[in-house]
Amino acid sequence: MSEAIEYKIVGTSPVRPDGVDKVTGRAQYGADLNLPNQIYGKVLRSPHAHARIKRIDIGRAAAMPGVYAVITGEDFPEPPEHGEIGGEAGGSIADLARNIMARDKALYHGHAVAAVAARSLSIADEALAAIEVEYEVLEPVLDLDAAMAPGAPLLDENCFTKNLPEKPDKPSNIADVMVLARGDVDQGFEQADVIVEGEYRIPMAHQGYIEPHACIANTNEAGQSTVWCCTQGPFDFRAIAAKVLNMDVADLKFVASEIGGGFGGKTVVYLEPLAVLLSRKARRPVKMMMSREEVFRATGPTSGTHYKVKVGAKRDGTLTAATAWMAFEAGAYAGAPMGPGAMTILAPYQLENFKIEACEVLLNKPKVAAYRAPGAPQSMHAMESALDDLARELNMDPIDLRLKNAADEGTRAPYGPKFPVIGLKECLRAAKAHPNYTRALPEGAGRGVAVGFWFNVGMQSSAEVHINENGTVTVVEGNPDIGGSRASMCIMAAETLGVPYERVRTLIGDTESTGFSNVTGGSRTTFATGMAVVQACEDIIAQCRVRAAATWGVDEAQVLWQDGQAIPAPSVNAELKPLSLADIAANAVKTGGPLLGHAALNAQGAGASFSVNIADLQVDRDTGKVDVLAFTAIQDAGRAIHKAYVEGQMQGGAAQGLGWALNEEYIYNADGIMENAGFLDYRMPVASDLPMIDTHIVEVPNPRHPYGVRGVGETPIVAPLAAAANAVRDAIGIRIHDLPLSPPRVLAALDAAGG
Amino acid sequence: MSKIQVVTSINHEEVEFLCEPQETLLNVLRETLGRTGTKEGCATGDCGACSVLVDDRLVCACLMLAAEAGGCEITTIEGIASEEGLDPIQQKFLEHAALQCGICTPGLIIATKSLLDRHADPDETTIRYWLAGNLCRCTGYDKIIRAVQDVARDRARDRARDLAGPA
Repeated sequence: MSEAIEYKIVGTSPVRPDGVDKVTGRAQYGADLNLPNQIYGKVLRSPHAHARIKRIDIGRAAAMPGVYAVITGEDFPEPPEHGEIGGEAGGSIADLARNIMARDKALYHGHAVAAVAARSLSIADEALAAIEVEYEVLEPVLDLDAAMAPGAPLLDENCFTKNLPEKPDKPSNIADVMVLARGDVDQGFEQADVIVEGEYRIPMAHQGYIEPHACIANTNEAGQSTVWCCTQGPFDFRAIAAKVLNMDVADLKFVASEIGGGFGGKTVVYLEPLAVLLSRKARRPVKMMMSREEVFRATGPTSGTHYKVKVGAKRDGTLTAATAWMAFEAGAYAGAPMGPGAMTILAPYQLENFKIEACEVLLNKPKVAAYRAPGAPQSMHAMESALDDLARELNMDPIDLRLKNAADEGTRAPYGPKFPVIGLKECLRAAKAHPNYTRALPEGAGRGVAVGFWFNVGMQSSAEVHINENGTVTVVEGNPDIGGSRASMCIMAAETLGVPYERVRTLIGDTESTGFSNVTGGSRTTFATGMAVVQACEDIIAQCRVRAAATWGVDEAQVLWQDGQAIPAPSVNAELKPLSLADIAANAVKTGGPLLGHAALNAQGAGASFSVNIADLQVDRDTGKVDVLAFTAIQDAGRAIHKAYVEGQMQGGAAQGLGWALNEEYIYNADGIMENAGFLDYRMPVASDLPMIDTHIVEVPNPRHPYGVRGVGETPIVAPLAAAANAVRDAIGIRIHDLPLSPPRVLAALDAAGG
Repeated sequence: MSKIQVVTSINHEEVEFLCEPQETLLNVLRETLGRTGTKEGCATGDCGACSVLVDDRLVCACLMLAAEAGGCEITTIEGIASEEGLDPIQQKFLEHAALQCGICTPGLIIATKSLLDRHADPDETTIRYWLAGNLCRCTGYDKIIRAVQDVARDRARDRARDLAGPA
């Protein structure tokens, strides 16, 4: 459709409009705002992983000089009966309400049980120490096997596994199950010449954003609160906070600060409702900031998982059947990404016979939240590892095995709909042809390949476009800029209107100054908000044609828009100078008033993004250390609006995936206390851990977006776990099924195999 | 608890403040002095988001007590640009798209300045190890390293031109 189009600005890499403030320290993030008269809020957290809360005595704390407010679960309204959080966050509003402030039970070490607001951080600390809590300590369950075992200590006596064929008569920690099936797997396996099985375990991991959660809430005597916070979505935060606090959304104003990373972890609220209640009681602005330790212990890491996979193929590589069983840690409350995990595991492949069974399990760890393509990295780790083993058994090139079975336009996805045009095969071919696929490997190194996939979503977005009196353009939308999206909006607006990029600015509005938008997440911002921006610009163009027609005294149908100007159609029989956007804007008062375009939509037609990753890893057999020698990320972006920021998503996701594969994990002791709740021992990749990350952007445009955009933000983290596992397999000749591939685990595998 | 009076110099400007004994330089920069360009990522010296220069030495502000700042010359991100505009390090970070969320950027710019003030021609390994104390979760470091290499190349070219003298 748009293969041959030459864009002026789409596809370039201009400097972002918010860049100067970010390199000079001017940009204001969550903890950077200070309000006059503000006081500080801090949270008291459960020292036990599992306990009944018998009594909380706040008397001494509340009476302390310099303490303005103390709250517990009692200060919150009853959690609502119904309502889901929605978006990529799973679970019910009621559970979220209990998660942000415990009611009758503390369900993980770090679970919030009370909060104070005081004149200084040190007085707040003293006040927390003065709160007396009587706990009845209970036995914690800390791993999937223990939590699923009959007779396991229960987190919730009222939890009966949902979606079983018959409602169970006994409660369980298994919150929910899901089955996706097609065809006849038994028959499919009978047709197979080769069958491969594998069992894979991955521990809990964190998104690792560098900015801890922070907010300021300010409440007036009419009960209206303004909340400044780092968030991936001010409107979604407003909606959730309103439900948790039983408030009218109109009484809550959310202003998004700049955000220091989110990756899904900042799509759910933690501090904000606490700050609102504290500021209401204290009648002063309350600033709250999490420590790094609190972020690890008490926000929303991603599920640890346990997978069992079986896949069969004919000698020529055609897949005949596959089964997958997967269990997700939900943490304290239900809401694990069991659904996306089940839907993605076979998405890249054409397969008639499969059965996928998934479940999510409560245990005494923090309630999990979305982490960049939730569930998919874990799923691809299992399936792409098994397919790698299958390729070896078949003596087949791993990319050829994928090509043989690759989903294409018209393939029925495992979760139901037929794929429209997609770019998986293009990515596979690009990988096979890439020089990095065939170049020599040094001694002790191995190469691994894996496929990644994410559906990408549309959801709701709004945009306004204002033309200023001098013809400059102001775009206003409601999506916090996490990775350069302002620049992409400016590019799309400039391209659509036909004006230079430098004449466009993009502002992020708050919940009172712009129209509703769902989160910056789900790989939807360039797609859906971009679509709204383009439509708002088209609205402007339509208005400009009307204004030019009025100025020229011709029919609107005789006015064309080209390169940022209104020009008369060839049929017009008069010499008329083109009118630029600036000309029309300068004259707007005479032709009808200010030029304001807008659009609001529930974007349909989000295009899936496939990827192929090639990882070269070297294993030191003496220490078990795994070094990343090279990494190549190939991904279908549909159309890269800002080329460097698309590359940035691919590189950043690769780094997160490699960290997850090689070293990141939550380490718990027997009491359910995380032992590595800091950046020293929760070891994420640093600059010296990685090489340059090569990228290759494939463009199979999405026909449902004006510029062909496919979301790109999440897919990059999906394939690296398997690519790394496959590279290590290639390097040492042993399949290590579990992650991370940290030195102790690699050494143990080498020792078990006889060094 | 009585506070401690400290007189120091920040970005070549004399600054006086009161602090509690346990407050770190980071706490005071951000909460007392309102200079929020220096960021807190961990407060335990593991992420480098709070990197500042103290008497020309690269330091995590969270690892230094505010009371120790008396008589020091402190450089923060707010002091990197000048009347002439952005420092080349800042400019190259922008041109190379070496920031996504930007939270690690102030610390990285300070660390880069420290690196390039000491090493005229660092190779890729030297750059990566020097910047290993600055965590970035968004970029995978690729474009950051390229930006630093670009600044180093420009400095080398300027030095060579200065050495060569007028044409």
